[in-house]
Amino acid sequence: MEIVRPHRARTNHHNDAVSTLPLYRSAPSLEVRLEDFELFAMDRLRVLKGISDGLSRGKKPEEMEKLVKDLWKANMGHQDASEVVNKDIISHFVLRLVYCRTEDLRKWFLSMETALFRHRFGRERSDAQRALMAEFDLPCKPVSSAEFENLKEKLSQVARSIIGQQTPTADSIYYKVPFEEVPELVAGRRVFIHKGYAYVAMNQVVSLVVTQFRSNLSKALILTNRFSFKIFTSIMFRLSALVFLISFLYALSEVMHDFVLVLCATKCIIANANIYKLSSVVAFTYRKWTSTIREQEKDRLTPIVEALCISYLGPDYSQPKEFGEISINDLDQLAESSFPLCMRHLFVKLREDHHLKHGGRMQLGLFLKGVGLKLEDALAFWKAEFSQKVGAERFDKEYAYSIRHNYGREGKRTDYTPYSCQKIISSTPGVGDHHGCPYRHFSEENLRAAIGRMGVGSRAIEDVMDKVRNRHYQLACTLTFEAVHGSSCDAGINHPNQYFNDSQKILQAKVNAAL
Amino acid sequence: MTKEQIENGGEEMLIDVPDQEAFIPDGFNANYLKVYYGRLFPHADIFKWMSYGNDGKHPGCDNSYFGRREFSFTLDNDIYLRFQSFNSASELENAIKEKCPFKIDIGPVYSVDPAKRHAYAQGGDNNVFSPVERELIFDIDISDYDDVRYCCSGADVCLQCWPLMTAAIKVIDTALRDDFGFSHILWVYSGRRGVHCWVCDGKARRLTNEQRGAVADYFRVYKGNENSNKKVSLPGPVLHPFLARSYTDILREFFEEKLLSSQQIFSTEERYEKILSMIPDESVTSELRGKWQENRRSSNDINVSWWELLKHMLQSGKNKAQGLRRCVEEIVFAFTYPRLDMEVSKHMNHLLKAPFCVHPKTGRVCIPIDPQNCDEFDPTTVPTLSEVSMYMTDGFLLICVTSCSGELLQELNTGCLRADVENGMLI
Repeated sequence: MEIVRPHRARTNHHNDAVSTLPLYRSAPSLEVRLEDFELFAMDRLRVLKGISDGLSRGKKPEEMEKLVKDLWKANMGHQDASEVVNKDIISHFVLRLVYCRTEDLRKWFLSMETALFRHRFGRERSDAQRALMAEFDLPCKPVSSAEFENLKEKLSQVARSIIGQQTPTADSIYYKVPFEEVPELVAGRRVFIHKGYAYVAMNQVVSLVVTQFRSNLSKALILTNRFSFKIFTSIMFRLSALVFLISFLYALSEVMHDFVLVLCATKCIIANANIYKLSSVVAFTYRKWTSTIREQEKDRLTPIVEALCISYLGPDYSQPKEFGEISINDLDQLAESSFPLCMRHLFVKLREDHHLKHGGRMQLGLFLKGVGLKLEDALAFWKAEFSQKVGAERFDKEYAYSIRHNYGREGKRTDYTPYSCQKIISSTPGVGDHHGCPYRHFSEENLRAAIGRMGVGSRAIEDVMDKVRNRHYQLACTLTFEAVHGSSCDAGINHPNQYFNDSQKILQAKVNAAL
Repeated sequence: MTKEQIENGGEEMLIDVPDQEAFIPDGFNANYLKVYYGRLFPHADIFKWMSYGNDGKHPGCDNSYFGRREFSFTLDNDIYLRFQSFNSASELENAIKEKCPFKIDIGPVYSVDPAKRHAYAQGGDNNVFSPVERELIFDIDISDYDDVRYCCSGADVCLQCWPLMTAAIKVIDTALRDDFGFSHILWVYSGRRGVHCWVCDGKARRLTNEQRGAVADYFRVYKGNENSNKKVSLPGPVLHPFLARSYTDILREFFEEKLLSSQQIFSTEERYEKILSMIPDESVTSELRGKWQENRRSSNDINVSWWELLKHMLQSGKNKAQGLRRCVEEIVFAFTYPRLDMEVSKHMNHLLKAPFCVHPKTGRVCIPIDPQNCDEFDPTTVPTLSEVSMYMTDGFLLICVTSCSGELLQELNTGCLRADVENGMLI
């Protein structure tokens, strides 16, 4: 690995002359001002959040491509053209620091960065793409012309089965790769597979590269979180000799393979804890964000990092704060007045059939937890329903355990968070299931009827259906909310528990006004 | 297979039941289960299979491998024991005989011995205890077809609807071999209303959850539940070769020659309206209704003739509108295409019932099914625990375990209790 030296603005030397798409494989050695540290990261976060919104609306790939292009242009520019790539790289690594801390955060960051990379890669010229491909270790081989002749008919059939795909010509390049390497293409039946090999067209090569990118980033995120930096920083802050620092880092760099955090101008750091200009190199290392570091970094980085993390993702509703507890007796009435359609449907089906399949139990159960239903009440509630179908004994044996598990009382004791709209929309209800997002998964007829039963007028129903046709499921839910409650919801619905809380607020206000 | 076949075979050995003439209870019986585990359950073969060559007898094998496999037992009073592990065939055998579990499930091979998992758990995200290998499995349940089978529902199965499973086996098996290149595949009757599939190739065992999900999604066509109308949607001018092959080689014939009649697809208004609801064009459906009414008086089986009329209407030149192009295939697929349980296949840590267990509700033995001869498999004549206990023979269900470059090939034999283990047939 290269030795990092504390000098100015040397760009990531993975940059080709051909492409400016960085692969973020190792941290750069750059100078960054503290204010830029935050600004760059916020700009990138806007891009990622925009991508997240686009995905949860079910935008098609072409729409996503345009969205990414616009988002990037709007947020990731820089008045100094030579700084654009630096901004790209720095913002990525800062966000890595922020989003490495928990499993959920990592998952989100990974998905968004991968989506971002996919669309940016797709827009590169093909020679740039090939150059980037060479950077990855891809297990694929070009298909020989003899084999191509044999398979031409099948390949052409596959191409024609995908809307918008060009049929192969004599010049088309195909790659042969083990099917495990292209799970997305396999899942969508977008490739021909034979004897364990997938035959990937040039324009699908993106998938291969993206899978690699994702895998590399996933590993890096875990490492970023893992290693303890405690000892290192405590030594660091005692140093005053730059020489000692550099030689220490040389030794360290032998051990750590990717990044090394180099805080070079230690004199400045020690002298002024409230430093404004961080004349250091920003390369990120394996570090564990322990409270010790938080203390030391308190004035500088911690507030920025923590703010970044929370501000855009919104509360996760794992700890119901505002309304305290609710009791089982209230549930029917609350379902009627304040549940979003997805949860209402599940609730009604549960009352009707005295049963829900696994997906429904998870979605509704965690929602109720977020609403404030305590474990004991939850057990009583589910038992009262299920025992009418399967008997009390069987409930205790087969279902009680998983309810306790949801509340973090069993197994590895994870306190599961209620599902967000994005997660619910992307679920795949199958035979006998009632979970998922009704705006997406219901037929038009059924959806109209369901919303009608909520008390939405015919005019509003048309607006809702219009949103649904354009795949803006969350907007459709927002319109329903507005119609039911008679007031506007500017923030839009992103989470079923948000719908519930907002609904309760409005109803409470009405009650207070009436008094 | 019938009792006669067993009686007329080679050597038999009737067990020492005090009163031969007494009534032997049918279905499941805990006492006979004990005998079954004592004399018939193939402990050694399961061990050999699950070891995949790591049996400690040749260099390069991993001695800890079998000990890292999770088993789970469901005991008599619904006591559920997870994370059981054993270090040898005899340990496995003794545990089964001693505990006499009503159900045995097999889980993945973990990174460390599951019984010692707590010692390795460090909390937080550093999860050292995780699955490393697991067969690629599929679970098909006939109760998922309830909206298209009119003869039975729920847990019932008869010879009219069982062929749905047969068609599913053929479609999936062909794809696993031809498309994915797997060869060590075991199909097992689940004991009541479905089939399980175990893909044991090394490559399959080492697939990640994401890759398993991809394979499951490759197979996924049916996307419906009672809230959506159109359950099968096949966009695009042409079908993917896999779907085309499944249609041409297996499903079309099955639908037209068997299912139409056995399920009486057009015989009531409710049933034929269901078909019409899959055609997205009002003008076509009303025209079709008209043609059907005219045809009522014909002497042919209306199921067959109405289907011909439908096909003619949808496939003739003038109706090449979007949405109608693949309508005929969509209908056939909606009825016949395999409906897999996605969750079973997607996660490495999913437990699945072991072959050769006895189903606690029906008493039937979970025997393998030969995909080459699956048409002949009859779930209603699968041996039950009591039958098996009454007529025991030397050796048992034919399990031929051959070693093939370090991996194990589990061969199978349909429902035949006679075993000739010495002659280990190589299929």
